[in-house]
Amino acid sequence: MSAVPGGTAVPLVTVRAPRRGRRAAGLLRGTGLAGMISAGVIALATVVALIGGLIAPFSPTLPNLALAFVGPSGAHVFGYDYEGRDVLSRLLAGAQSSMLGPLAVVTGALVIGTMLAVIAAWRRGLVDAFIGSGLDILFAFPGILLAVLAAAVFGAGLWAAAISLAIAYMPYVARVLRGAALKERSQPYVAALEVQGASATTICLRHIVPNIMPLIVAQATILFGYAMVDLAAVSFLGLGVQPPAPNWGVMISENQVGIPQGYPLPALAAGACIVAVVIAFNVLGERLFEQAQARQ
Amino acid sequence: MSYPEGAQSAAATVSSGPQARAGRPLLEVEDLTVRLQVEGVRRAVLRDVSLSVSPGEAVGLVGESGSGKSMTARAIDRLLPRGAEVSGQINFDGSDVMALGGAALRGYRNQVAMIFQDPRAHVNPVRRIGDFMTEALRTNLDVPAAEANRRAAEMLAQVGISDGERRLRQYPHEMSGGMLQRVMIAAALLTEPKLLLADEPTTALDVTTQAEVMAILDDLRREFGLAMLFITHDLELAAAICDRTAVMYAGQIVEVRESALLHDDPLHPYTAALSAARPDIAQTADRLAAIPGRPLSAFEAPDAECAFAPRCPHARDICRSQVPELVGLDGGLSRCVRAIDLRGRLLAAGTQTYSAGEGDSDA
Amino acid sequence: MRWRFLARRLAMLVASLLVASFVIFGALFLAPGNPVAALSGGRSLPASSLRVLEARYHLNQPFFAQYWYWLSNALHGNLGISITLRENVSTLIASRVWTTAGLVLYAAVIILVIGIGMGVLAGLRPGITDTSVLVTSAISAAIPSFVAAIILIALFAVKLRWFPALGNGSDLVSNIRHFTLPAFALALSSLAIVARVTRSAIREEAEREHVQTATSRGIPRRQLVRRHILRNAAIPITTVSGITIASLIAVAAIVETAFSLNGLGAYLVASAQDKDLAVVQGISLVLVTAFVVINVAVDLAYAVLDPRVSMGSRAQ
Repeated sequence: MSAVPGGTAVPLVTVRAPRRGRRAAGLLRGTGLAGMISAGVIALATVVALIGGLIAPFSPTLPNLALAFVGPSGAHVFGYDYEGRDVLSRLLAGAQSSMLGPLAVVTGALVIGTMLAVIAAWRRGLVDAFIGSGLDILFAFPGILLAVLAAAVFGAGLWAAAISLAIAYMPYVARVLRGAALKERSQPYVAALEVQGASATTICLRHIVPNIMPLIVAQATILFGYAMVDLAAVSFLGLGVQPPAPNWGVMISENQVGIPQGYPLPALAAGACIVAVVIAFNVLGERLFEQAQARQ
Repeated sequence: MSYPEGAQSAAATVSSGPQARAGRPLLEVEDLTVRLQVEGVRRAVLRDVSLSVSPGEAVGLVGESGSGKSMTARAIDRLLPRGAEVSGQINFDGSDVMALGGAALRGYRNQVAMIFQDPRAHVNPVRRIGDFMTEALRTNLDVPAAEANRRAAEMLAQVGISDGERRLRQYPHEMSGGMLQRVMIAAALLTEPKLLLADEPTTALDVTTQAEVMAILDDLRREFGLAMLFITHDLELAAAICDRTAVMYAGQIVEVRESALLHDDPLHPYTAALSAARPDIAQTADRLAAIPGRPLSAFEAPDAECAFAPRCPHARDICRSQVPELVGLDGGLSRCVRAIDLRGRLLAAGTQTYSAGEGDSDA
Repeated sequence: MRWRFLARRLAMLVASLLVASFVIFGALFLAPGNPVAALSGGRSLPASSLRVLEARYHLNQPFFAQYWYWLSNALHGNLGISITLRENVSTLIASRVWTTAGLVLYAAVIILVIGIGMGVLAGLRPGITDTSVLVTSAISAAIPSFVAAIILIALFAVKLRWFPALGNGSDLVSNIRHFTLPAFALALSSLAIVARVTRSAIREEAEREHVQTATSRGIPRRQLVRRHILRNAAIPITTVSGITIASLIAVAAIVETAFSLNGLGAYLVASAQDKDLAVVQGISLVLVTAFVVINVAVDLAYAVLDPRVSMGSRAQ
């Protein structure tokens, strides 16, 4: 490199990658009232997931068959469940496994999916084609089916289900992000960085991934809703979280017996929790996705 | 308001026209003003547009993008977006176009055929060429399918596409842009319209196919004796194929002139600037003359001064104190307060002033 | 060109099925302990039974040979024997397959008729119709099938007594009555998705330039909608409806369990709980095959509807 008069060596081209990623507060702005309300619901669910077990007024697991399906009263705003446990306490304590499972699924699917997408976009050509066909083939497995298969092999439980769902979701993530990463890869600043000798890892991690971050966040938000539904379904089927541990999916399953007896409240309350959180994630995810697309 | 000597009121000239015409014009647009809702704000896109097209006559409509020339064609064909606010008059062959509805509107649209800029976007990609070409014939004129196909194939031959029968079975993506535009022209002619609205029909094409498509359009128009409103940003092209040319700026018509005179003897400084801005292939210029400043959109046009004044080398205080009227002069129309002062001197003064940045010598 | 597309999709179909079958078979070897333990579901079996299992699965041969034997048996309809019921898995599947097929078909009809109908209405009629469809679909899209199931049972079976809550029914009429609530529970969230996609497809197509061309030629509105807007919107609508309906095959397991329907999905879940691995493998294979085949059929429908398709996969 030649010394420039003045003594400092400057690279021939200095290009700064356009930064489109912003902090969470910036992301939320512009999602509108519905987006804000959704974010509020999600925040509330997260807090309950963290401390729900501590603020539960009664024991979520101690049965008292004498109180089975007794209706709401005083401190027991949602009444008792089929084993005479306080429904509100079980809902509060059940938030943890109901939220933690989807978080694991989304994290797994996103980390692997983003990696594959960025690698495919970076290497292009054969590698891209190979990853692409591999993903197409993985589409063959519906998430629920993979989770049931895993439960049959490894035994029922939250983790087998979460891992199966993460694997089943990964191709969807990778497919969407691959497109965005490809677009980013072909930006002139990437070529400029390459010319300046930046390593592939640096460019990918410091520039490409941050620039597709809004899309990643939007994907994560949308997937969280799906994961919550699918994991609750697996627990509902008796192949996920095992009773008597509190969990919203488990609560629907175990309190089904009350429905023919004309006492659907415990099952419906757990169902309402799932629906509320899922709507919040769907609405917010849709808004974030629109924003990310507009920015692309 | 008083006009300089030699100028008549616009109203007097619009109906009589600069050249002799037999009978009434086919299309008459009077004081057409269009406002659209853009991001919640109502904005004028056309302001007091008046023009007429006689049977068999070709009229050019020239302007930069955003000047309102396409919007004028859309307004004439009643294709304005929802929520458009329209005032003024459009008359076609004796009927009030703005008042048409239902079957009458569809009948009118059959007599006014539109050729769009981008054939790729304006032809349904999932239907066959034959479907596209004969749709209006079969639907509106009840021509049987076999007969419609026969006529379509014949018309394809007229626009220089051989093997019509096979082409009719093809899909748009199997054709080049130039060929697709010829299909669009053929389809427009099939319903035997009286007026063609051609909205930059060659702009989206390769330079090499532009001339070819233009020649076909021009030939067939003359052969069928159709009237045409030809919209383009290319002053020379309009002058070459149109009898008269109207120049638009910021949603207004600033000049109407016989095409033959337009280039050598413009009446409005903007027309002169457009002529000067076009590189002349016959002589090498030291630098290309560009019009200083940025073209205004109609909604940006000021209410109480000439819209072109900020970019006009001939602008005086009087230009900034009133919106000029369209007045008759030397057989044409000009929307310039100083038209008479500048008569005959616009071109000579033009190029020098832009590069020197000084006013012309008559001040 | 179209034939190349077809050949590519069929090759993908075979590849997908091979990989899926490999995963289903290989699950045996991922299980804790040895494959025999996995096959017996941890039950202690007499030595003679263990030898039968070893022979049936060729467990003394290399892994790929075992896979090959298993796959070719499966292709000949031999899916092994249920460890709990001591019956042929294919027989067990055959007796339940129509319940699942009927349920999915019923739900598909609901999705196509109501979902597309709502979407078309909302797409063509902005204003109150559109808003109400949007709000209803946003909520119902978030209601999972098992929540829909308990709501429908509580409301229409227990409270109003219009439909039976559980079971299959005996003849066609009672079958339809028994399947109505499950089919709606299965269809609800997909119906909402299809309605939303239909709406936006219609909106998008109505804005296309070629629709303006047709308008400028005096084509009547009704024909404009049918021949241009609906015709072109049919491409994304078909794709999304098809994919959504294919995904019901897996979700049916949940609905069948909730309504105690004697279908493949409920049996799959029960077998997974019982660790009856031969049955789980057999049903998984059948369901994955159906899922993949429907997806390929969707791709072919797409190719038929869109003449521009020549290569590559469907536009997403």
